[in-house]
Amino acid sequence: MNNNLKVLINGVIKENPIFVLLLGMCPTLATTSSAINGMSMGLATMFVLICSNMVISMLKNVIPDMVRIPAYIVVIATFVTIIEMVMKAYVPALADSLGIFIPLIVVNCIVLGRAEAFASKNGVFASIFDGAGMGLGFTLSLTVLGALRELMGTGRIFSINIYPEQYGSLLFVLAPGAFIVLGYLIAIFNKLQHK
Amino acid sequence: MFLSLAIICLTVAVLLSQVNKMTAKPIAEARAMKLQNAIGEVVPAFDNDPVAEAYSMPVGTGDSLLVYPAKMGDKVVGYALNSSSNNGFSGEIQIMVGFDMEDRIINYAVLQHAETPGLGSKMTEWFKNQEKPSQSVIGRDLSQGTLTVSKDGGNVDAITASTITSRAFLEAINKAYLAYSGSKEDAHSGTTEKKITESSSDKSGRIKEEEKNNE
Repeated sequence: MNNNLKVLINGVIKENPIFVLLLGMCPTLATTSSAINGMSMGLATMFVLICSNMVISMLKNVIPDMVRIPAYIVVIATFVTIIEMVMKAYVPALADSLGIFIPLIVVNCIVLGRAEAFASKNGVFASIFDGAGMGLGFTLSLTVLGALRELMGTGRIFSINIYPEQYGSLLFVLAPGAFIVLGYLIAIFNKLQHK
Repeated sequence: MFLSLAIICLTVAVLLSQVNKMTAKPIAEARAMKLQNAIGEVVPAFDNDPVAEAYSMPVGTGDSLLVYPAKMGDKVVGYALNSSSNNGFSGEIQIMVGFDMEDRIINYAVLQHAETPGLGSKMTEWFKNQEKPSQSVIGRDLSQGTLTVSKDGGNVDAITASTITSRAFLEAINKAYLAYSGSKEDAHSGTTEKKITESSSDKSGRIKEEEKNNE
């Protein structure tokens, strides 16, 4: 149990997928125009990560080495399709605003990366915790990134007004703002970690 | 090797078809709900089912819009039109716009767009702002001429820093007006025919309408 907890925290801090591993930059930059979008993208990815890690670690002895990548992709794509259908059915507004980025979780390198690097070598429980940790790290990073961009761009966090909109700089909601905020966050994160 | 991959694929195919079966109904319901809400937003109170009575109305060359007539009793009180434009900043803009019987815009709702958040995405509210009549399209009478942005010599103020989006939005509105005037003419010229179609079932009525439009 202690070990599993270590795996979980490892994903959030030591190997944070966004700030340390720099994996999955495409959805990170594109979907974080607001805090709620970043958070829901993170949660969707977390679900896929946990499920695919679990299934792949269960199947790791059945899948021959030569076809392991196609097999992993099939498993990952299945869970992505499931969450896409579920989101369309029960939270259509959110599915609309995330649009193409939900199906694109399939090609998010964190998911395949963890399947290859962790789930295919470790037991089921450790893999679930790894998926949860990585997903949590991803979700937290995206939420912080989205919240900062929303705050500086529109003066709101989670659509709650902090200061009047006209003092915000639109730059932060647009693509360049994503790069700028992400760069500063990585710098701050590294500085704190090296202490 | 191939066998294990085939087995995996087969298993997930079965799983996915089950999930699809489970979610197909809620997805369809969510879509229908969105459409119903959009129609309700843009036309006056009605007691018919505009979705069931919808028909398509051709505009210009090869393009046609879906028209949702809103009726109170037997009288048409307004039309909701599903219009779109491909000239936005990114992707298709789809709107639902409602007209009353005097060529005036009652309201609109944006169904789908991929415009820049914070700029073009403001169109969902911008053109409804009643406090600023120069940017609002609500209540405009389109029989006096179609709408254009003030930059192009028109009288609608475009969204700040989003003229392209504003142009595309007004294009969709103008297209809807074309279909609207087509529907209104049909309703006027075919009053007797309309009564016959109304008494028959919805479906055959719709087919007759479509036949008429094709003529």
